[in-house]
Amino acid sequence: MYSYDKYDQALVDQRVEQFRDQVRRRIAGELTEEEFRPLRLRNGLYLQLHAYMLRVAIPYGTLSSCQLRGLAHIARRYDKGFGHFTTRTNIQFHWIKLEDIADAMAELAKVEMHGIQTSGNSVRNVTADHFAGVAPDEIEDPRIWSEIIRQWSTLHPEFSFLPRKFKIAVSGSPNDRAALRIHDLALRMHRNAAGEVGFEVMVGGGLGRSPFIAKTIREFLPKRHLLSYLEAVLRVYNQAGRRDNLWKARIKILVHELGAAKFAELVEAEWNQIKGGAVEVPDAEIERIAAQFVPPAYDPDAPTFTHEFDALRLNDLGFGRWLKTNVARHKQPGYSIVTLSLKPEGGTPGDMTAEQMDAVADLADRYSFGEIRVTHVQNLVLPHVRRADLPVVWRALAKLGLATPNIGLATDIIACPGLDFCSLANARSIPVAQRITERFNDLARVHDIGELKIKISGCINACGHHHVGHIGILGVDKNGEEFYQVTLGGSEETNASLGTILGPALPASRIVDAVETLVETYLALRRDGERFLDAYRRLGTAPFKERIYAAA
Amino acid sequence: MPLLKNGEVVADPWQSVADGEPVPEAGPVLIPFQRWQSEREALSRRNAPVGVRLSNTQALADVAPDLARFELIVLDFPKFVDGRAFTQARLLRERYGYRKELRATGNVLRDELQFMHRCGFDAFEIEAPDAAAQWRAAIAEIDVFYQPAADRVATVIARRRSA
Repeated sequence: MYSYDKYDQALVDQRVEQFRDQVRRRIAGELTEEEFRPLRLRNGLYLQLHAYMLRVAIPYGTLSSCQLRGLAHIARRYDKGFGHFTTRTNIQFHWIKLEDIADAMAELAKVEMHGIQTSGNSVRNVTADHFAGVAPDEIEDPRIWSEIIRQWSTLHPEFSFLPRKFKIAVSGSPNDRAALRIHDLALRMHRNAAGEVGFEVMVGGGLGRSPFIAKTIREFLPKRHLLSYLEAVLRVYNQAGRRDNLWKARIKILVHELGAAKFAELVEAEWNQIKGGAVEVPDAEIERIAAQFVPPAYDPDAPTFTHEFDALRLNDLGFGRWLKTNVARHKQPGYSIVTLSLKPEGGTPGDMTAEQMDAVADLADRYSFGEIRVTHVQNLVLPHVRRADLPVVWRALAKLGLATPNIGLATDIIACPGLDFCSLANARSIPVAQRITERFNDLARVHDIGELKIKISGCINACGHHHVGHIGILGVDKNGEEFYQVTLGGSEETNASLGTILGPALPASRIVDAVETLVETYLALRRDGERFLDAYRRLGTAPFKERIYAAA
Repeated sequence: MPLLKNGEVVADPWQSVADGEPVPEAGPVLIPFQRWQSEREALSRRNAPVGVRLSNTQALADVAPDLARFELIVLDFPKFVDGRAFTQARLLRERYGYRKELRATGNVLRDELQFMHRCGFDAFEIEAPDAAAQWRAAIAEIDVFYQPAADRVATVIARRRSA
């Protein structure tokens, strides 16, 4: 894992003091709320329905056990004892007081964390494949370049007042686990014909009220030119992106209006002027950063199976299910990747208590080289667990309520905070997610249904990624009443697609029944081994629509 | 509006002339770039410095051929959230080699001064009772810079390598 050197540390420390002074000036009345707003937003501080909310960056979703304990401390000391992991692999604290913010940030800085650029019209916290460094299909570790992007984008003087926010995701694998094509800019590492590793560059993806799948503007970008190319993209966007209409200011609209080919042409023209210039990272610095992402000291003799493991797998249905959905193959023989479900029945997706955080930090120290990952599906990962340790880790996680065997299944729901917390929301998201998990509380049934991604947003800003849910649910307000619009067939994976609206929005009282009807329709029509998404792609909306609206 | 230049509040010697107003015979004048384009001949015959105001949508390629004629370029921040002039400033300094006064006008916030400075601005029209003190505080808040910019300070990477 990357750890700060004295420069990285100095920056976050200075940033805390800078913000402390800004808060002081706000409280003293030297800054109006309007003037304070962009300053607090640049540090991840939002004003929400009930209180200030602090969003802390978890760069490329990687946490040390020490950092997770730091977050637990913030949750206990400054919040109501829990935090909320987001689809941007950040964590949010929803109940922070303005006068405590600077102290909370100072404590975060001690564990090499901050809220810089988790909001505002700047380059946001960079995300990456949550299986980075451990996935068997990986070509190269995306965290090295994610860290390079993190540093380059931090307090960038030219790109801190972009037309709108700018989200970057990086993957080092052919299989997309990072939802690349719904990002403003995404980088996928691959090999060219000469065997060199570089990036496919995609731009203009995003959800919100005008959803777009990102388009490839460069098939192969040599790694050493990454920063000059990013600078060219952002420079074109900063100059040409629309500023006349907040809803048309994201880069996706610029790329759409110009066309990807024309946009790529502008980028290439700018890039040719700065390629190879001062912004490129020297090899020695790349090596310095790469050295911090070398694999931990795996036991080369770690057994693939033990007697206990085999016995448990055969005799305990719960363990068997958990292995199937929550444990993934690791590139190192004898090790596994374990996903912790933050989606228990009736729970709030992504919420975690301070006690759970501390306990997971301890488990990480004991069984995962002190490392934890956050996924954009709002779950956590222990990336390096010996297969022989899986039974003991499973029991420990089950005690903590973090072993629900539902990763990738119907109850592994993404939901935004919705009207329970968010000032932008039109409808609640969390209670819908909770009711769906209660309806689908039979694990045998959920496993039989198989892969099914349900994503819920409380408004058109689509923080719950409903456009790319196999079943997407969007909360809308109809004369003060909560209604929910259903979309089908979205996907954020390698063959990304946007969902199609099924029909008129449904009242809150019908939405859970509707999800069940959709699932029943799928079960009746599916072919052998066909996932919900595949069945939908074969059948289209008609059979689903008929079942939902015939009943009305 | 007070003018902050190189960290000090100074008198502004430039006379700003709007479109349609007569250009005075003597003294430095600041005019919109479009007026320079249409009255280049007459303005060149004046034996006094010329400065231009650029809108933040002005393409710099059109300005570049005449850059040597200007003693002042004023870039506009119509709203503090509109950051187009940051790019213009860097390009003027880094690509087109402009070395004379580069001034920020409009909604110039104290908390943007350091970014502006890094992008190459050396003068600021800023509404503040103690602009020089604010400047000194703003410019000292952060001294760690990850990316190269027009200020040519040593980046973190350079400092790491020389350490």
